[in-house]
Amino acid sequence: MTTTVRGSETEDNPGGPAPEASGGPALGGVPLLETDPLVDDPATRIIVCCGSGGVGKTTTAAALGVRAAERGRKAVVLTIDPARRLAQSMGIASLDNTPRQVDGIRGEGRLHAMMLDMKRTFDEIVEAHADPERARAILENPFYQSLSAGFAGTQEYMAMEKLGQLRARDEWDLIIVDTPPSRSALDFLDAPKRLGSFLDGRFIKMLMAPAKIGGRAGLKFLNVGMSMMTGTLDKLMGAQLLRDVQTFVAAMDTMFGGFRTRADATYRLLQAPGTAFLVVAAPERDALREAAYFVERLAAKDMPLAGLVLNRVHGSGAAGLSAERAIAAAENLDESRIVDQMYGQAGTRTPDCGSPTAEGEQDQGQHESAQRAHHEDHADHSEPDHSDHADHGDHTDHPEHADHEGPNHTPYESARSAGEPDAAEVLAAGLLRLHAERMQVIAREQRTRDRFTALHPEVPVAEVAALPGDVHDLAGLRAIGERLAAGGPNPV
Amino acid sequence: MTRLHVVTGKGGTGKTTVAAALALALAAEGKRTLLVEVEGRQGIAQLFETEALPYEERKIAVAPGGSGEVYALAIDAERALLDYLQMFYKLGSAGRALKKIGAIDFATTIAPGLRDVLLTGKACEAVRRKGRDGRPVYDSVVMDAPPTGRVTRFLNVNDEVAGLARIGPIHNQAQAVMRVLKSQDTAVHLVTLLEEMPVQETVDGVAELREAGLPVGGIVINMVRPRILDAEAVRAAEGHRRTDVAKALSQAGLGGARRGGHAERLVGPLLEQAREHAERLGLEREQRAELAGLGLPAYELEFLGDGGDLAGLYRLAADLRKQGVAEEGS
Repeated sequence: MTTTVRGSETEDNPGGPAPEASGGPALGGVPLLETDPLVDDPATRIIVCCGSGGVGKTTTAAALGVRAAERGRKAVVLTIDPARRLAQSMGIASLDNTPRQVDGIRGEGRLHAMMLDMKRTFDEIVEAHADPERARAILENPFYQSLSAGFAGTQEYMAMEKLGQLRARDEWDLIIVDTPPSRSALDFLDAPKRLGSFLDGRFIKMLMAPAKIGGRAGLKFLNVGMSMMTGTLDKLMGAQLLRDVQTFVAAMDTMFGGFRTRADATYRLLQAPGTAFLVVAAPERDALREAAYFVERLAAKDMPLAGLVLNRVHGSGAAGLSAERAIAAAENLDESRIVDQMYGQAGTRTPDCGSPTAEGEQDQGQHESAQRAHHEDHADHSEPDHSDHADHGDHTDHPEHADHEGPNHTPYESARSAGEPDAAEVLAAGLLRLHAERMQVIAREQRTRDRFTALHPEVPVAEVAALPGDVHDLAGLRAIGERLAAGGPNPV
Repeated sequence: MTRLHVVTGKGGTGKTTVAAALALALAAEGKRTLLVEVEGRQGIAQLFETEALPYEERKIAVAPGGSGEVYALAIDAERALLDYLQMFYKLGSAGRALKKIGAIDFATTIAPGLRDVLLTGKACEAVRRKGRDGRPVYDSVVMDAPPTGRVTRFLNVNDEVAGLARIGPIHNQAQAVMRVLKSQDTAVHLVTLLEEMPVQETVDGVAELREAGLPVGGIVINMVRPRILDAEAVRAAEGHRRTDVAKALSQAGLGGARRGGHAERLVGPLLEQAREHAERLGLEREQRAELAGLGLPAYELEFLGDGGDLAGLYRLAADLRKQGVAEEGS
C-alpha cells in the first residue's frame, strides 16, 4: 500500500543487468533506475537512448545531458532528428553536424549538442579517406547521392560513425546518443553489418567483375543467366544506373576495409563496460511493447542495459480516492442538486446510502494521499470493465465535450446561472469527475506497465511525471532531469 | 472523389489506428476498402487482433452495419518487385536467380527511391484495378504511410527516382505513380495530438506536401480528452469557494468539511489536478488555433484509453463517419 522498499526483491533477481542500479530501492518489486550515479560515474562514457518514436527520447537525451553537465561532466549530446523547439530549448537556433556549446550550464561541467547530418557525415568520410580526385568522383556520382541521402540504414550507420568520431576526439568524457526513429530503433545496431554485407555482397562483386564469376566457374548456364540478368537490370533500371553503380563501387572499393573496421570497432565500443543503454518509453501499450522488444534485443547482442526510462507517468495527490467512489460522490451531488431544484430548498441531505463511503476507508485513503495511486491496492481495478463503465458514464454526462469550437459549456458554467448556492456543488462534482478520469489514466498506465514488468521484472525503472506542457528552455530540461533523477513517483 | 487516402502522423499519434478506423468508415454502406501498410510492422494485424498479414489481400473486417468490407495488405518491397518483374517481363526462374544473388535485396534496400516506387506503385495499382464488371475492385484504398517527417519524400518518388533511373520501366512506373498521387484521386491526411511537437510537425508537413504539389486532405486530431472543468471554475474554487467545495464534498459523503477533515483534505489535491487540467485546456486551445490556420477540414477523435481494441476501432470509425469523412472530397 505504501512505497515499499524491498531490497530482497532486487536480490531475487540476481541476473539483473544493471549493476549501477541493483543496489537501489525497489518500487513494488521493480528496482529503481538511478540516473545520477550513472552519469556521475566517470567510467560511464557513452549513454545510448533508444525507444520507439514519440516517447520523448530526444528530450530525455537532452535532459540527461544538462543533468550530467551540471553535475560536472564534459558531455556532448548527439541527437538525430530533434524538433526545432528542442534545439531552441538548449539555446541553439539550429543544431548541425558540429558540436555547439550550450550556454547557461551551471557549475564546472559543460555541454555540447549537435544534430547528425547523415549526408554531411558520409561526405566527410569520403573526403577523409580518398584522394581529392577520387573523392570528387564519388561525391558527384548519382548513385552515391541517393545512397548517402536515403539508404534505409544510412542514418543508423552514420550515427554509429559519428559516435565513433566523437569518442575518438576525447574532448568529452560522456557522450549521450539519441537513436534514429527507425521502425525498430535497434536497426541502429544492425546497420554497420548490413551496409558491410551489402558492399561485400555477391551482387556488388558480380557487378564489378561479371566475367570473372561466370568464367572461372566455367559454367555455360551461369553465363546465360548472367547475360540475361544484366540485360534485365539494364532494362529495369536503365543502363546508365547500372554504370553509375559500377563506377561508384569501383571508386569506393579502397574504402570498404576502413568502413568495416570502424563499424566493428564502434560495435565493440557499445558492448564495452563504459556504455549504458537506456530504453525510453511512455506508459502506453505500443511503446512498452516496443520497449520489451528492445530489452530482449539488447540482451541478445550483449549490450549493457541500464534500465527503462518511463516518461509521462501520471500520479495523483488524492490517490486514496478511487475512480468509482469519486463518480458515486459526484452523482450524489448531482442528485441532491436536482432534488433541491425541484423542492426549492437547501435543507439537510443525506448522501445516497449505496455509495461506499465508510469513514474507515476514507481515513486510510487520506493517509495514502501522498502516495501514488498504483501502489494502492489493485482490487479497485480488478474488474476488467470498471474503467469502461466509468468512462461511458462520463461521456453521457458531458456530451458536449467534443464540441470544442463552440462556447464553453462546462457543467460548472451551465449551472452557475442556476443559482449561487449550487455552484460549489457543481464545482465539487466537476473536481470529482476530473479526479475519476485521472485515476482511470493511472490504472490504465499501471496495467500496461504490469505487462512489461511481468516480462522483464529485472529491468530497473525511472519514472518521469507527466508535464502539462512542452519543454521550451534549459530550465525545462533541468526540471525533467530532476524528475528523472528522482526516478520514483512524484505526486503531482 | 478521393480514392486513395494516405494517412501520416508523427510517431505516437496513432496513425495506424486512424488509418484502420478510416478504412472501416469508408467501407460502410456496402463499400469495399483496402487498407495497406508499407513499413512491415504488422500494426494492422495487431489492431484487428489477427495473425500477421501475408503479402496478399485478405478480408480482415466487416464494416459497421455488415454490408461493407475491409481488406488488408502488408506490402513487402521485395515481393512487390518480383511481382512487377513477373508482370512485365515474365521472368520466371530468372527472377528467383536475381533474388538469390541479392539483386532484389539490392534494388529494394540500397536505392530508396526504387523501394518507394514499388510500395506506392502497389497501392496505386490497387486504386486503378478493375474487376470483370469493369468497376473498380476497391471503392477506396487507405495507406498507413511513413511518419510525417518522411512522408513527402516517400510520396514524391518522381524526384527520388529521377536522379537514379532517367529512362526505363522504373522511370515510367514512377511517372505513372506520380500522376495518381498528385491527382484528385489522392488525399494525404495528417494525424496529430493537441500537443506542441506533433502540431508543429503537422504544420511543417502540410507546408512540405503543398510545396511538392501533393494533395493534402484533412487533419485528424486524435486522442482528444474530455473537458470537465474550465479555468474560470478553477479560479473560483481556489478563491472564496474553497470552504464551499469542502462542504459539498462532505455532502457527497466524502467525510468531514472542517479543517483537517477528510473532505477538506481532498480539496487541495483535487484543485491541483484541476489547475493542470485548465493549463492543458489552455495549451490545447493554442494548438487548435494553430491547426485552424491551415485551413483544412479537421476531424476529432476521442481518447480511447484501453480501447485499442476492436470495439474502440469501430467507435472511432463511427465518429469519423459522423463528422463527414466519407463525403469529404466527393
